[in-house]
Amino acid sequence: MYPIIVFSVSGLLMLYLGLSVSKKSLLPINLAFLLIGLLSGFIDWNAPGLYFNNMVEVSNTLILVQSVVILAAILVAGLSSKLFEDAIDHPAEYYALMQFAVVGALIMVSFQNLIMLFVGLEILSVALYVLAGSDKRNLRGNEASIKYFLMGAFATGILLFGIAMFYGATGSFDINSGSSVANNLPEGKIFFWIGLIFIFIGLLFKISAAPFHFWTADVYQGSPTIFTAFMATIVKTAVIFALYRLAVYSFSFEYDNWSKFLVIIIGLSMIIGNLTAVYQSNFKRILAYSSISQAGFMLLSLIGLGEQSFGNLGFYTLSYAFATISGFGVFLIVSNDQLVDGRPNENINVFNGLFKRNPDLAVILLISMLSLSGIPLTSGFWSKFFVLNDAATKGYLWILILGIVMSAVSLYYYFKPIRATFGSTESESITVSAIAKATLYVCAAMTVLLGVAPNLFRGLF
Amino acid sequence: MLTLSLFIIPLIAGLVLLNIKNKGLASSISLVVSIIQIAVFVYAFSVFKDKSALLSFDKPWLSDFAIRFHLGLDGLSLIMVGLTVVLVSIILLAIKNLNYENIPKLLGLILLTEAALVGVFSAKDIFLFYFFFELALVPVYLIANLWGGENSSKITFKMFIYTVFGSLFMLISFVLLYMRGQSGDIESIKVTVSLLPNLIKQILFWGLLLAFSIKMPIFPFHTWLPDAYSKSPTPATMLLSGLLSKMGVYGLIRILLPFAPSGIQLYGEIIIILAVAGLVYGSIIAIKQNEIKRLIAYSSFAHMGLMAGAVLTLSVTGLQGAIFQMVAHGFNAVGLFYIAKIIFDKTGSRSLTTLGGMTQSAPLLTVMFMVVLLGSVALPLTNGFVGEFLMLKAVFDFNHVIGILAGLSVVFGAVYMLRFFQKTMYGPSNDITIKITDIGTKEMMVLVPIVIVVLLTGVFPNLILDISASFVNSLGVLNK
Repeated sequence: MYPIIVFSVSGLLMLYLGLSVSKKSLLPINLAFLLIGLLSGFIDWNAPGLYFNNMVEVSNTLILVQSVVILAAILVAGLSSKLFEDAIDHPAEYYALMQFAVVGALIMVSFQNLIMLFVGLEILSVALYVLAGSDKRNLRGNEASIKYFLMGAFATGILLFGIAMFYGATGSFDINSGSSVANNLPEGKIFFWIGLIFIFIGLLFKISAAPFHFWTADVYQGSPTIFTAFMATIVKTAVIFALYRLAVYSFSFEYDNWSKFLVIIIGLSMIIGNLTAVYQSNFKRILAYSSISQAGFMLLSLIGLGEQSFGNLGFYTLSYAFATISGFGVFLIVSNDQLVDGRPNENINVFNGLFKRNPDLAVILLISMLSLSGIPLTSGFWSKFFVLNDAATKGYLWILILGIVMSAVSLYYYFKPIRATFGSTESESITVSAIAKATLYVCAAMTVLLGVAPNLFRGLF
Repeated sequence: MLTLSLFIIPLIAGLVLLNIKNKGLASSISLVVSIIQIAVFVYAFSVFKDKSALLSFDKPWLSDFAIRFHLGLDGLSLIMVGLTVVLVSIILLAIKNLNYENIPKLLGLILLTEAALVGVFSAKDIFLFYFFFELALVPVYLIANLWGGENSSKITFKMFIYTVFGSLFMLISFVLLYMRGQSGDIESIKVTVSLLPNLIKQILFWGLLLAFSIKMPIFPFHTWLPDAYSKSPTPATMLLSGLLSKMGVYGLIRILLPFAPSGIQLYGEIIIILAVAGLVYGSIIAIKQNEIKRLIAYSSFAHMGLMAGAVLTLSVTGLQGAIFQMVAHGFNAVGLFYIAKIIFDKTGSRSLTTLGGMTQSAPLLTVMFMVVLLGSVALPLTNGFVGEFLMLKAVFDFNHVIGILAGLSVVFGAVYMLRFFQKTMYGPSNDITIKITDIGTKEMMVLVPIVIVVLLTGVFPNLILDISASFVNSLGVLNK
């Protein structure tokens, strides 16, 4: 609960600081705010309960999930250093928007009331619509922003419609009021069901699960890379946990019905995401389609519905955040070093010869890609293993086999950039700023550490 | 504990070497590590019979999943770990004196491969086995790319995708096994495996078979091999042919045999036919090769086919022969690839058409080459003979026609190997080969141990067969 307050205040403060403080000192201030927010979450450790008239829930596991979100924001902020100072006129606004987006994400992982879900989603989305279009002179960025906004507004509309239906059926916005309807009011059940499906669809839009994924590639490609990384990690984490709260905590009595619906979405996401990614040559588009398939994997933990599913999902999102942010981070540094027509080169060939130019970056990229494809001794292996095992225990054997076959397919496109790093090049070696370097090292080290000892984090749940 | 130190020492040394720039220091570290590893292994060997508790290391890894970090050595593991330790020491010795850039990093990556291989060969938990199985490939992939030539990234990409693709099917099988037994322990899974429903048994068999047959490789999954072996730099080729391909055979014996016996009963014959087809096919292609590395690559592929066939006959002789041949082929392949590298460094050519008459100027090389070559063509009193004989007998007992076909390969093997020898060492010498110098102490330090092993295990095969017998007899799934 405290991080929500901290970031609401610090976001506003940031806006004013932008007027008076030099550009260089904004990043440390931003990082300090984020760290304070991260630590303030632990004030509520071992003090579970409902706050603000049953609007948000606080519990140890939720604090851990919130920490994942804030940690991802810290890592993204760590990468932004050089970029913001050089290229952007008013970095304070973007830092503030990122903090507001985090507030939205935090609300979404801990809501107890559907109104809060809506409010959280809007805070998160509106901030991101702006961030997506923050590179004002880039046409693709404008396109991305408009597309994201239209699609997002559309999805929010559907979500809101679903919430209204739910309210009509139950007379309450509280997420725990569903079960009483199902038992006491058979005639209200149809509304309840329509509401449920629409809420699901609204959220699946946001997590870019197939067949609601059409905006993903364009938005990922058009947005500035740093915000693509932000979007890929924080939005995914927030939305998947919102879905988890709804599906597992409040609607688990309908498991038999919605799991059938969800498992089809998962299969589609895996197939469409992976097969489409194979044909891409733009790195951001590859990661966009990969994020569709990763969304499928994350959704697996919903149909897993075991004791450990929540921890498994937490582990998945953390591992995904480390891998994605380090992948985008290396790409950010390399692509800004090599301009094509005045814009960063986003093609896979930007990685050509990276092993000669900067071996550390190449190794970090290797670890990140290995983790995303789920090769052992990176955290990505365990995260996929846990969710697949959960789903298979519930009897969904075919999804286990599909998941592993699709991982095999994903190897092909995750290894495209790695292949390029071994190539030859005339470009000179790359220098990396200290903060970005530290961020990337932390991501890579954590990916390997969690790959060797996954229970370091998972054991906390 | 001993097994753990065999794994930990090269791991740490490898990581240290990756961060060292000084070549001399790196060489001495790798030498010291080799000596320590061999010493630890010899000690492990000496306590193997009476104090085998010393060899085991067992700690829970994921407690709620019953996945354990469990390393241990039985007869088969002992042989394979010994092969790894000795062969990697020889490879390290060989690499130090070759003119590669960035030798410390190369040595470091080889040591990391050693760590992973020790892990594969001593893992007692299926997931641990899977991790190391995948992990062993990563340093070799890096070696092949960073020290390879022009096209290496394309070729190693093919190899990597192929083999990882295969092992993902192994993962499917392992997850299924785990779900049924709720344990990753190889021994306890063996007990539950017969109770599985038929469909699961089928998936298990094909998944595991696919993984191991790509790794070895068995016909028709061999298409990655010729390019990967011939275009990769020699250190990567040595590791691939000498050790990594053995992971496939080891997997067949350790995992497939006890976990999917019913599948082997049903389909074993088809797979043996494929394996023998690969054996004959590889031998015939090897006869036509003019590029020496490619020739050795095809001969390697042919040998792997026979090993797979022999294992799947489910007979004691076949298994004993395959285990023996794994060791023999490991040394022979590394020796041959090293000699090919020496020839290339001295003459600048790998083509049989431009070589010849080297025996005039390099008599020592000729002798060393001859011994390794005779081991490879399975002449009696060399190591190749024992394994080939046992394996051919097993295949012949299984089915006479297949046995005779497999026997043909010995003839073919003699043809391509002796052709290789004749075209490089004998015949008229030309401008280049007349001027080369003979090998010196540095090369002898590598080749002499190989030659000793070739002759020693050829004359006293029981050195290895006695150890493997204890394992083979305890396997319990073999036809009597």
